[in-house]
Amino acid sequence: MASPESAVNGPTMTAGAASKSLRNAFGGVIAFIILVLIGVLAFSIRLFSVIKYESVIHEFDPYFNYRVTQFLSKNGIYDFWNWFDDRTWYPLGRVIGGTVYPGLTLTAGTIWKVVNSLNIPLSVETVCVFTAPIFSAFASWAAYLLTKEVKGPGAGLTAAALLAMVPSYISRSVAGSYDNEAVAIFALVFTFYLYIKTLNTGSLFYATLNALAYFYMVCSWGGYTFIINLIPMHVLLCIVTGRYSSRLYIAYAPLVVLGTLLASLVPVVGFNAVLTSEHFASFLVFIIIHVVALAYYIKGILSPKMFKVAVTLVVSAGLAVCCAVIAILIAVVASSPTKGWSGRSLTLLDPTYASKYIPIIASVSEHQPPTWPSYFMDINVLAFLVPAGIIACFMPLTDSSSFVILYIVTSVYFSGVMVRLMLVLAPAACILSGIALSEAFNVLTRSIKFQLPGIAGNPSIASEENGSSTVVAPNDIPKTEEAAKEKPAKKNRKKEKENVEKKPTPSKTEKRLLVLPLEASVIAVLLLVLLGAFYVVHCVWAAAEAYSAPSIVLTSHSNDGGLHVFDDFREAYSWLSHNTDVDDKVASWWDYGYQTTAMANRTVLVDNNTWNNTHIATVGTAMSSPEKQAWEIFHSLDVKYVLVVFGGVVGYPSDDINKFLWMVRIGGGVFPHIKEPDYLRDGQYRIDAQATPTMLNCLMYKLSYFRFVETDGKGFDRVRRTEIGKKHFKLTHFEEVFTTHHWMVRIYKLKPQRNRIRGKTKKSKSSRSVSSKRDVRGKRNPWH
Amino acid sequence: NEQLAIPQLRQSSYRHETPPTNPSRRCLHLGYFGGKRLHKISWSAPKPSPLTRSAPMAKLAIFFTLTLSLLPFLSHSFSPDTPTDRRILVLLDDFSLKSSHSIFFTSLKSRGFDLDFKLADDPKLSLQRYGQYLYDGLILFAPSVERFGGALDVAAVLDFVDSGHDLIVAADTTASDLIKSVATECGVDFDEDPSAMVIDHQGYAVSDVDGDHTLIAADELIRSDVILGKTKIEAPVLFKGIAHSLNAANTLALKVLSGSPSAYSANPSAKLSSPPSLTGSAISLVSVVQARNNARIMISGSLDLFSNRYMKSSVQKAGSPSKYEKSGNEQFVTEVSKWLFHERGHLKAGNLRHLKVGETGEPAMYRIKDDLEFYVDIFEWSGNSWEPYVADDVQVQFYMMSPYVLKTLSTDKKGLYHTSFKVPDVYGVFQFKVEYQKLGYTSLSLSKQIPVRPFRHNEYERFIPTAFPYYGASFTTMAGFFIFSVVYLYNK
Repeated sequence: MASPESAVNGPTMTAGAASKSLRNAFGGVIAFIILVLIGVLAFSIRLFSVIKYESVIHEFDPYFNYRVTQFLSKNGIYDFWNWFDDRTWYPLGRVIGGTVYPGLTLTAGTIWKVVNSLNIPLSVETVCVFTAPIFSAFASWAAYLLTKEVKGPGAGLTAAALLAMVPSYISRSVAGSYDNEAVAIFALVFTFYLYIKTLNTGSLFYATLNALAYFYMVCSWGGYTFIINLIPMHVLLCIVTGRYSSRLYIAYAPLVVLGTLLASLVPVVGFNAVLTSEHFASFLVFIIIHVVALAYYIKGILSPKMFKVAVTLVVSAGLAVCCAVIAILIAVVASSPTKGWSGRSLTLLDPTYASKYIPIIASVSEHQPPTWPSYFMDINVLAFLVPAGIIACFMPLTDSSSFVILYIVTSVYFSGVMVRLMLVLAPAACILSGIALSEAFNVLTRSIKFQLPGIAGNPSIASEENGSSTVVAPNDIPKTEEAAKEKPAKKNRKKEKENVEKKPTPSKTEKRLLVLPLEASVIAVLLLVLLGAFYVVHCVWAAAEAYSAPSIVLTSHSNDGGLHVFDDFREAYSWLSHNTDVDDKVASWWDYGYQTTAMANRTVLVDNNTWNNTHIATVGTAMSSPEKQAWEIFHSLDVKYVLVVFGGVVGYPSDDINKFLWMVRIGGGVFPHIKEPDYLRDGQYRIDAQATPTMLNCLMYKLSYFRFVETDGKGFDRVRRTEIGKKHFKLTHFEEVFTTHHWMVRIYKLKPQRNRIRGKTKKSKSSRSVSSKRDVRGKRNPWH
Repeated sequence: NEQLAIPQLRQSSYRHETPPTNPSRRCLHLGYFGGKRLHKISWSAPKPSPLTRSAPMAKLAIFFTLTLSLLPFLSHSFSPDTPTDRRILVLLDDFSLKSSHSIFFTSLKSRGFDLDFKLADDPKLSLQRYGQYLYDGLILFAPSVERFGGALDVAAVLDFVDSGHDLIVAADTTASDLIKSVATECGVDFDEDPSAMVIDHQGYAVSDVDGDHTLIAADELIRSDVILGKTKIEAPVLFKGIAHSLNAANTLALKVLSGSPSAYSANPSAKLSSPPSLTGSAISLVSVVQARNNARIMISGSLDLFSNRYMKSSVQKAGSPSKYEKSGNEQFVTEVSKWLFHERGHLKAGNLRHLKVGETGEPAMYRIKDDLEFYVDIFEWSGNSWEPYVADDVQVQFYMMSPYVLKTLSTDKKGLYHTSFKVPDVYGVFQFKVEYQKLGYTSLSLSKQIPVRPFRHNEYERFIPTAFPYYGASFTTMAGFFIFSVVYLYNK
């Protein structure tokens, strides 16, 4: 807030300067208060989940993070670093310290430690639950800083306010959503801010800070590759458009060197920071920027004629060397099957890659491409404001505004590939929308101001300044306009206050007066206010209704408006933790791995960290096999219990039967005897009487629908909206040990091996007259 | 630290001196303690437990608790540490069998068994009372019974076996469907033709004058000292009855006495119209089954095999010059019944322990490439005491989905088996596995889970000698850059 003052101070007269500096100071204080309020807003809008449900960790991955944080707070950082977890991925185990992004855990662990050393006895769980809301407040502030660097504080405040409640970000950062993204978005925006700051100031201090922020980002989220590709792209853009400067060099070179060094300190990244293709762009640009810097240097010391000669020399020699290097590089990269790219990165470059080759990536719902409605749901009106923001960034185009444009363009592409990356798009959309809104208000209110001089609250100053200096005049107008507008429209305080901060931007950039008709301006302002109001309403609705469900506890509204709570997951996990032995192994589809280890404290075969495709395929194969083969697979892995999630009774759609085709695909990808067409009737996935025998005899079907017909007498599945195909059957190798209240989780135990091996079954035909119950059962079951 | 706590719990459950304080805590693998005595929680303390040594008061208290807890079981004169059966129910068709088969019964009684004779259709027949089995073994010498009396049926007999008790079934030409279905459930298929008998025109006993060659002098015995005793059975075993066969895939059943290659199963009084379904050595005359819970079952196609008449009679196999004064029946039946009632061939293993070389106490986790020592105790029940089991083929696996290390254990001849090896360079959750399945012995299956972790961050070597050029390069670069900066900045 100091910079605009100094920029403006020079030409003004002393009287005007006094009142101006006072007003600027006042504006600074208001901006500060607004920022605090934005922080409070960002924090409190995410508390719906705690208020509506309870203070509980959400979903799947957060349970793992929570468990890791517990371990960290109990055992300290060195044990965390060296933690070999024998409770997951049985029997392979998992080296947690080397395979986890530690940023989130360390952050929450530090907060917990600090808070406890202050004698505030918060539990680890509480700290974890509230980490995400806290960091979304930080992210809003970072967005303010970033946008301020690009377009001034007015746009900054608007962007911060928008980011504080953008639904896309809320979906990943409600209280309890203790996931990497919660801190990573802050780190992402903050890194970008520091980059722009360095670019604008050319300060090595900020460059170092930038590297540190990048390090924090690397610690926090695999999405750091976005940074290390976007920034080089921007640098390249600047060089190509002839914007090379020493500031650019300072902003970029230290980041690559320090950032790569620091990144390789993170165990999970390690040598990947210099080995994988994701990072090559940065090194390539690093070389280019040095070449360019050298060229500029040489240009400075040589005469233009000599320089031309030198250029031709160097270019011809350099091209030859470059070709050779690139050829070697391509050969090296091409020798690896994935071309040195990880599967997830390849999915980004070629959206059809995963569905073709890696079902395990394609199977994750957050890796699916988004639908159009999800854009509207997640960024709402921002989608319409972004183009305006892009246009605003072009007048005038600066280094920093070109960066923002590049950011939005790439993130729009990425969000189109994976719905999860909508999260990266959200800050960009907020920043550009903030710019657009503040520019629009700027123009409109100025038009109103010029045509209605009588309305202004302080006409004397306005006229005085109008006379005094043409440069200052446009700056002051919105401000006085502000005072006038504050009275009539109180409810849109935010937007107005953003306008308060508008002054510096136009002071530098706008020289001409753009005047629109009065009526049009008034209507446009009203419409924009309406748009903002709509956005706020939508965000609050999204935060309260759409994104606060912890998914571990489900609710439904009955017809008379009553609330029904389904707490089956926790019921099942606590059953496991109380009724099974501490070393027992529980097999389930990998979605429930983290929850089982965290809540039931039992060993699982596979979990949400899908690092070993073969192991997951083994479980998928077991689930798709007939009972006997499944029993053998599970028995060979020492499994004692099998857990399936079944929604057919209450209509819970994301149950294992709906995920089953992925198990078949993933299993079939490794074990070819599992063939997807065997489970489909004419290409259709069905579980009714038309289903294939393979489907009706596979373990997943049996475990899901065992005794199901007893619930309603017909076996009507409320998710698939059909009667099931096979209703009466017995299990030979598994026995049901627990089914939760709403049948959502069913736990089976592997029967021990038969004590005796029976003789020929045809024998029992002759002895049917005296045969016992045991025989009858054996006969009645045709799948024995 | 929860990770430390788990193996300690595990450890205590393996230590057999200490009482099972929490029986539901961990069901040990079958085969340990015979695995089959789960319904009896009594235990005897042959060695003083660590607790009793520590404090005299505690000792006294424990003594009282022991006495009290043992009282209900003393009347049974039975202890889980002694796997031999004690109380045997004998079900007969009629009581005349009691005298006609008295030699067999007397030999059982003389070995200390309580025999309880009942008619098979006794209406008060029951194997258990108040959920406790009244008997440890069952002898079914009632081939013709169509329906058991009382609460007994096929399912009850099989449950009796499945809870770890032993069974002798003797069939006959009159064998009922009931007896056959019991046998079928145990994996033994009697010939379906109800009138068929085993006929052997080569290996019949000479004393048989009837001429239909159904009295067979069988000498195709299983070669196993454990089942048939160390003394070789010289004389052939007299057999007259029906044939049965075993499924080749059935790994639990063994032919103890099988038919000679010339034997076949057919109706001796009818003309043979079609080839007999059972021929040659596919025919089993007497089979034993050791169930997975180590319950032992003997199934004989002949009830007369156990009779006094066959035991006493002299025997000469057709075509063989040697004539024996006494048939091999008595020895055969006695030895097999010794095996059957766990007087022989019953192993117990326990006290599985391991430690890192040079350390005492069991670690909760190993590191890759650690050297470790492994110990296990194996004892054999001799009929009245546990003797050290001596063998050179006991192996331990260091197992994670497949055995990474497979080592033969060496024994000190006092029951202690030992080996040492290096943990492979693979981390994961391993198991020490002792899987010991030897013909005639109860199967041992012990395992103990142990995680193996990779190196800690500070367990790698600090400086790698081969990397010294690189260290040198980076430090000289740093120094060079520093000097360059100084020169460049201050030497204008």
